[in-house]
Amino acid sequence: MLPIRLACYGLRSVAANCKRINIGALSQITRKFSSDERPQFPGSRSQWTEKLEFIRPDLYDGIPVYRVMDRKGKVIDPSQDPQLSQEMVIKMYKCMTQLNTMDRILYESQRQGRISFYMTNYGEEGTHIGSAAALDPKDLIFGQYREAGTLMWRGFTLDQFMNQCYGNMEDGGKGKQMPVHYGSKDLNFVTISSPLGTQMPQAVGAAYSYKRAQNGLCVMCYFGEGTSSEGDAHAALNFSATLDCPVIFFCRNNGYAISTPSKEQYRGDGIAGRGPAYGMLTIRVDGNDVFAVYNATAKARQVALNEMRPVLIEAMTYRIGHHSTSDDSTAYRSVDEVRYWDERDHPISRLRNYMLSKGWWGDVQEKEWKENCKRQVMTAFARAEKKLKPNWKEIFTDVYHEMPSHITEQLKQMEEHVQKYAEHYPLKNFSKD
Amino acid sequence: MAAPIAKSNLVMLKNAFKYVGLRGISTSRPASAQLTVRDALNSAIDEEMERDERVFILGEEVAQYDGAYKISRGLWKKYGDKRVIDTPITEMGFAGIATGAAMAGLRPICEFMTWNFSMQAIDHVINSAAKTFYMSAGMVNVPIVFRGPNGAAAGVAAQHSQCFGAWYSHCPGLKVIAPYSAEDAKGLLKAAIRDPDPVVCLENEIMYGTAFDVSDEVLSKDFILPIGKAKIERAGKHITLVAFSRAVATCLDAAKELSTIGIEAEVINLRSLRPLDFDTVMESVKKTNHLVSVEHGWPQSGVGAEIVSRMVEGPGFYHLDAPPVRVTGADIPMPYAKTLEDHSLPQGKDVVRVVKKLLNVQ
Repeated sequence: MLPIRLACYGLRSVAANCKRINIGALSQITRKFSSDERPQFPGSRSQWTEKLEFIRPDLYDGIPVYRVMDRKGKVIDPSQDPQLSQEMVIKMYKCMTQLNTMDRILYESQRQGRISFYMTNYGEEGTHIGSAAALDPKDLIFGQYREAGTLMWRGFTLDQFMNQCYGNMEDGGKGKQMPVHYGSKDLNFVTISSPLGTQMPQAVGAAYSYKRAQNGLCVMCYFGEGTSSEGDAHAALNFSATLDCPVIFFCRNNGYAISTPSKEQYRGDGIAGRGPAYGMLTIRVDGNDVFAVYNATAKARQVALNEMRPVLIEAMTYRIGHHSTSDDSTAYRSVDEVRYWDERDHPISRLRNYMLSKGWWGDVQEKEWKENCKRQVMTAFARAEKKLKPNWKEIFTDVYHEMPSHITEQLKQMEEHVQKYAEHYPLKNFSKD
Repeated sequence: MAAPIAKSNLVMLKNAFKYVGLRGISTSRPASAQLTVRDALNSAIDEEMERDERVFILGEEVAQYDGAYKISRGLWKKYGDKRVIDTPITEMGFAGIATGAAMAGLRPICEFMTWNFSMQAIDHVINSAAKTFYMSAGMVNVPIVFRGPNGAAAGVAAQHSQCFGAWYSHCPGLKVIAPYSAEDAKGLLKAAIRDPDPVVCLENEIMYGTAFDVSDEVLSKDFILPIGKAKIERAGKHITLVAFSRAVATCLDAAKELSTIGIEAEVINLRSLRPLDFDTVMESVKKTNHLVSVEHGWPQSGVGAEIVSRMVEGPGFYHLDAPPVRVTGADIPMPYAKTLEDHSLPQGKDVVRVVKKLLNVQ
């Protein structure tokens, strides 16, 4: 690489400075460059300048936002239409709408005291489904907490989602986590962990592991623009590049970190502006455009695996819902602002318009699907609510691989105690096995 | 300064009997070599890397520099960049990366240059490694080893001298080992690397250069010590001294001095802080009826607090003829001046004074 770059510099110097340089022999060119021609510092060998000029962050326009469709769902440049099959597009639409419906039901259920906590994905469905559809189902996903659509795309059932939220006996997480902390080994989705940003260096480590295994898979790491302020984010982005790891960093820039708007989260050109600084391939996309997200992710995956390097995608979107059931966003933003995004720029509406224009969808299918979807969600919901809680013994499992003696002792003590005072405990609410 | 030699009469006796059968020699000790703690750790890592190609080591300066304390000497030369990785300076970052690698199937050894710097990564050690198996209901496994020198060194002052035994042994989901001798270092670290749970290995910089007599068994490639089992370094009948890591040397020094005045102290080397082998301590106190816990860390909520609590909250209470006592480091950030530093850590003579007081001896 180096001799070629110096050779190019040599060619330019010939024109600009009329220096005599033997272009024929590359090795001679490299030898002819003394320390005066180019800085020799180990940290950077860019160029010399005698002009005192600071780089102004505001003069630069910012990395442009890649899109395929306009806000009305019309493809702007037909060459960018990924030409997905009708089946695939309908699947995408159904997945997004089902996610939306499930969100509504579960948010309400928290309000009614049926589950303790919930986080909706309103407005960001496009980022989930567009990206998940472009990955290999075996690619490992590290999420933050607002990526339920990726899991839904991969086949996590409504029952599985609800079981986790209810923490019942069929929850894959055995009732050990708060709602929305999903995980699935089968679907290659690492269990959600609350501390922000910790998933980022973990994703890099996992990608390193995949690189060593040469398994043709990559790692997908989702995070929000707020989380990118965490120290972990810096370490992860930096390391992924220095270690040449096949990881895609996908930032959901939805404008808010609870109440902190993005203009208070950073001063620079968002998260995409940082990518090149870390030495990685970067793109900014319209997160509400499913096809733009799809195209960017597909290309990112190709690069990550073929060139063994990380890629950064910043998907611009808007968080239509509250941060969680513990938040009331009317405290820090206007209802009008929220309505604007809901009505004018929603990933679901834009895809629907695309489908309508192709003649793949109509009012009849919409009505039928809406009813069907609602019914499926409601019946899953009713099922989850009725299920028993996990066996109380699960409190003691999985602390270590092998249950240590002091825990086994406590389990036995509790067993005896529960047996003796059975009538004082609500055992009928808990599974027997 | 004479280096302490591990002299466990029980182990020697056991080995002697074993070799009687094998070699027909009736009296000679089977200790065949001297091994420093540093070399013990180095060979543990080397052997495990050779045995399992998923094992790899990462940390600051571990590769070409051979490790800040030379623990990984020769490994980069032998295994190359893929398995011995120098990291940029971010404990938070590389601890997270190591954890992620473990989640995806590798078996990392994550070195902290000292455990003091682990505070910048403690979220990953606890929230990402220790708790994950539980929080994912067994779906996500983290077979990682975090290791590095713990506690005071010499003249490195407050931010480089903290003992983390109490902090890490506090957390369920982690296993914590604290080797003292070369044998401990080799056997426990190998066990830690093979263990499916996340393990914290608290070493000691001062002990790195200390050589111990070791048997052939220790030198073998499959020498493993069980995590969670203490060792009686010196048998005695008048008082039980419990310690881990460098404090074991402090107790052995004290025991030596005490034996000149007819007091035989039983010195227990905990070897592991979590699980903590309290049974061995209990059996010892049933014999001696007196307990002293010695540690170099701070007194409040230290490891000694746990030992003493367990002693008095159960049947152990009835075996004690005197209150159990903790001898600990001074409750101050470690000073720099040598005289002050020496006085901030328990020495043999401090333990001797405490023992004499407990046993009512002038």
